[in-house]
Amino acid sequence: MALRRFDLEAGGDSFAFKPETEPTIAFWLGKYPEDKKRSAVIPLLWLAQKDNAGWLSEPAMREVADRLEMPYIRVYEVATFYTMFRLQPVGKHHIQLCGTTPCMLRGANDLKEVCAKKIGKPMHVTDDGRLSWEEVECLGACVNAPMVQINDYYYEDLTPETFEEVLSKLQNGADVKPGPFVDRLNSAPEGGATSLLEADLFDGSRNAIASLPNLPGAAPDQPAPDAAALPKETPPTNTKRENGKTTLIEDSKPTPKPEDKPEIIEVADGEEDDLKRIKGIGPVNEKALNELGIFKFSQIAAWTPANVDWVEDFMSFPGRIEREDWIAQAKTLAEGAETEFSKRVDAGEVESSKDEGEA
Amino acid sequence: MSDDLFKLNIDGQEVEVPRSYTLMQACEEAGAEIPRFCYHERLSVAGNCRMCLVQWHGAPKPIASCAQTVGDMRMNPDGTPPNISTKGDYVEKARNGVMEFLLINHPLDCPICDQGGECDLQDQAVAYGRADSRYELNKRAVEDKNMGPLVKTIMTRCIQCTRCVRFAAEVAGVEELGMISRGESAEITTYLEESLTSELSGNVIDLCPVGALTSKPYAYNARPWELRKTESVDIMDAMGANIRVDAKGDAVMRIMPVINEEVNEEWLSDKSRFIWDGLARQRLDKPYVRKDGKLTPVNWGEAFEAAKGALSVAPEKIGFVAGDLIEVEQAKAALDLARALGVQNTDCRPAGANYGKSGVREHYLLNPTLLGVEEADALLLIGTNPRLEAAVWNARIRKAWLWNDLKVGVIGEAVDLTYDYEHLGDSPDALKGLFNKDSAIAEALRNAERPMVIVGESALAREDGDAILAAAHDYALEIQAIKDDWAGFGVLHTAAGRVGALDTGFVPGEGGADTAAMLSGDMETLVLLGVDEADLSKTSSATMIYVGSHGDAGASKADIILPSAAYTEMVATYVNTEGRVQMTRRAVQPKGEAREGWAIFRALSDVVGKTLPYDSADALREVLREANPIFAGLGYAPGHEGADALKAKISVSSDGVSKAPFTAAIGDFYMTNPIARASKTMAECSLQKQGLETAVAAE
Repeated sequence: MALRRFDLEAGGDSFAFKPETEPTIAFWLGKYPEDKKRSAVIPLLWLAQKDNAGWLSEPAMREVADRLEMPYIRVYEVATFYTMFRLQPVGKHHIQLCGTTPCMLRGANDLKEVCAKKIGKPMHVTDDGRLSWEEVECLGACVNAPMVQINDYYYEDLTPETFEEVLSKLQNGADVKPGPFVDRLNSAPEGGATSLLEADLFDGSRNAIASLPNLPGAAPDQPAPDAAALPKETPPTNTKRENGKTTLIEDSKPTPKPEDKPEIIEVADGEEDDLKRIKGIGPVNEKALNELGIFKFSQIAAWTPANVDWVEDFMSFPGRIEREDWIAQAKTLAEGAETEFSKRVDAGEVESSKDEGEA
Repeated sequence: MSDDLFKLNIDGQEVEVPRSYTLMQACEEAGAEIPRFCYHERLSVAGNCRMCLVQWHGAPKPIASCAQTVGDMRMNPDGTPPNISTKGDYVEKARNGVMEFLLINHPLDCPICDQGGECDLQDQAVAYGRADSRYELNKRAVEDKNMGPLVKTIMTRCIQCTRCVRFAAEVAGVEELGMISRGESAEITTYLEESLTSELSGNVIDLCPVGALTSKPYAYNARPWELRKTESVDIMDAMGANIRVDAKGDAVMRIMPVINEEVNEEWLSDKSRFIWDGLARQRLDKPYVRKDGKLTPVNWGEAFEAAKGALSVAPEKIGFVAGDLIEVEQAKAALDLARALGVQNTDCRPAGANYGKSGVREHYLLNPTLLGVEEADALLLIGTNPRLEAAVWNARIRKAWLWNDLKVGVIGEAVDLTYDYEHLGDSPDALKGLFNKDSAIAEALRNAERPMVIVGESALAREDGDAILAAAHDYALEIQAIKDDWAGFGVLHTAAGRVGALDTGFVPGEGGADTAAMLSGDMETLVLLGVDEADLSKTSSATMIYVGSHGDAGASKADIILPSAAYTEMVATYVNTEGRVQMTRRAVQPKGEAREGWAIFRALSDVVGKTLPYDSADALREVLREANPIFAGLGYAPGHEGADALKAKISVSSDGVSKAPFTAAIGDFYMTNPIARASKTMAECSLQKQGLETAVAAE
């Protein structure tokens, strides 16, 4: 790292923030208490650099120090510590060329030669005032190596040819779109995706996650928990405290009576419906229902509210049958019609509705 | 309290230290010596040199002992105190590694380095350095910086300990030094290489553990082992800072501070430190007598004869005036001679001043003591600028302001004192109604446990001086600054000789004239004891006998010059502004035919036939002690013992304080006495302060 010193001559003897910068300064100052306002030194130096054609002059630094009531030497220390503050004039388009290992391995040295050819030495400004460059350490875009940062934007996947073209365009006053200079989106593979092509990776069906949890109004669409793995009794999470006594809210609900157990039937092998076609019933739930003696959509469709309570209590998932509307689904399916979900199950798209061993 | 203590096992030895201690302090408690560069007792902990590494058994890495607070450490798993090793292969290896890194970029220029022989890096490299370097690349080089006429920089030698940066920011209170850039390019500099504006800048030379910051005037003058070191007392201000005078042959080569916690801690003002070249210039090394309007060198006999003639006029027409730097012995001998001649016109105070006449010593001492400011909770400065009048004490006030939340109020010029204060007014008039004033500092003073009211000496050297002293004292009584264990009222003097001369009774005798009257042109003969700051424009009709060491304002007007020794050339007593009696020691011989002041007056007394009753300095001091027992208590400041004397109101003879604003006691910090005016270094500083290009800076 070369010695970093103010270019006193080019800095002149005065600097003023642009009026449109003032609200931003106020924003940054507003973040800190009045007696700790020196905390805003880096943002203010950065704004001063932006208002001073991309470099920090000595009067600009003093202006920041005055605003923050800091001794000049303290601001000077900060300004010289961070290489993002440039103490020498730069071109209209200042190129920060990453020379750290990944970029170097991918050809940053060739880009440096382009800079040397088109611009000259580092921190030298071209005669037309348009270009200057310097080598910097890693800019965090190694996947797109080699890359440069021009003013605020990244120009990635450069070759000496494309880079030279970029520089020429900038020199001629043309705009160049930032981003990768090969056929790729951001840091995606060149020429399109090469892996992770399966559609169900992205529709959520692999995990049966159709929506994000805890969204207002969104129904969680999770596979039923493995009943065997669950503790016998759900830990009391929904509790209310009253008079120092903890009562389960669930306790207030009358325990379903045994006579509310849904009607059971005997079904011959092969006669049972695929209950997994109901959204909310996976292999585990199906097995549990089968053990209860429930095999047909028509059985579920005929459940009374009391039956529902009983089943929910039995299967330890209060409110779920109603929430997932098993009964309506079962009615539709019992009539031989299809639901959105059952169509997907039939198409084999729903992993959690496949029979064990099939997946 | 035992639970505030923490037990440690250091090198197999169990020690119990307060929890607030650093591990380094604990190790020192256990008798271990810890090498360090960046750590300094009086500065904040930086922990960046890594030289103080020790082993904490069980910790994965060596511990920087300066930055590890003992209270933050935990016990061993079995509950026994943590085991620390300050020696052994592990520690040795860690420190060797640090040392090798430090030496990578440190130049091997010890033979031409002024720090050589007293360099921390050199000393510790002997203990921890390798015999040779494994580093084969180029060492880094750093541009030297301009830090003014006092501090020479050779920045390649810098090891980035940042002691100087912390000193400037914390102690001196001028944030002018900093470390810019980073990594290999890191360097210490002032902002755009402006000179340091602190009066204490020379201390960074002592603080620098290597030869990066050295003394510019002392450069290449001597090696530490060639110097004869004499501990003495400084007389550049009334603090009486303890110093060490380093001399080679008959020349003083440099002056360094000596630690005295009660006076100067371990700092020294630039004037005290760099005055020494003034001791070799403009010296009066033989007696002179004015013949045909021209000062002609003569021998002592001739000079005494001339003096005898001048002193043979009527005693009412003879005046003895003592200057700022005179030692107690000279004042006593001169006073005794004056009284023997029947002269009552004797005064040691600046023209216009009237303090000290009451004979109550506490009325002109800094009773709360210099150290006392660290106990005070509110401070009122009246007509004084301690930054210039007692620069080292100002650093202590700043310390109290910074760490003890001391509240400061100022009546007088609103100058930059390096700490925040409330300005209450420019003139003594502001004292009126201050007690009931609705202001933060007035309230702080009102409610303070230990308030301090300090009046500047110059505030007393004006027409309403008596009234100001009385008004300030009244105010001190009002806020109950005077208690049995606290005397919160005092005077900050500007001249080293003043308190001592007052203690000998060097004030006008019965019906005698004071300084202003003596210098108004009425006298036929004036004996000037190093009087160079007074206005001598009206005294041309008088025959003037000047006793002093430097050819300055007084000597240029004198008719008879009797050369005396300077403070580094004699054993002499000085009393500082607190009333602390201290003695200088002889570091070098007096110049030429110069004699100690008291001996001149003793010899003169013989010539005029009024022989003084002492033949040696010891006999004189015996007389002094008999006359005033305070001279028996060396190095001791009375402090709150004077509280009783302050409990009574000071009676005022003049009417009330005026509205005239206080003026600065010291215009130019670097030019306050004849020695300073003779010093080239001080001249450089003065020019630089005024913003003028100096010969040194232009180099």
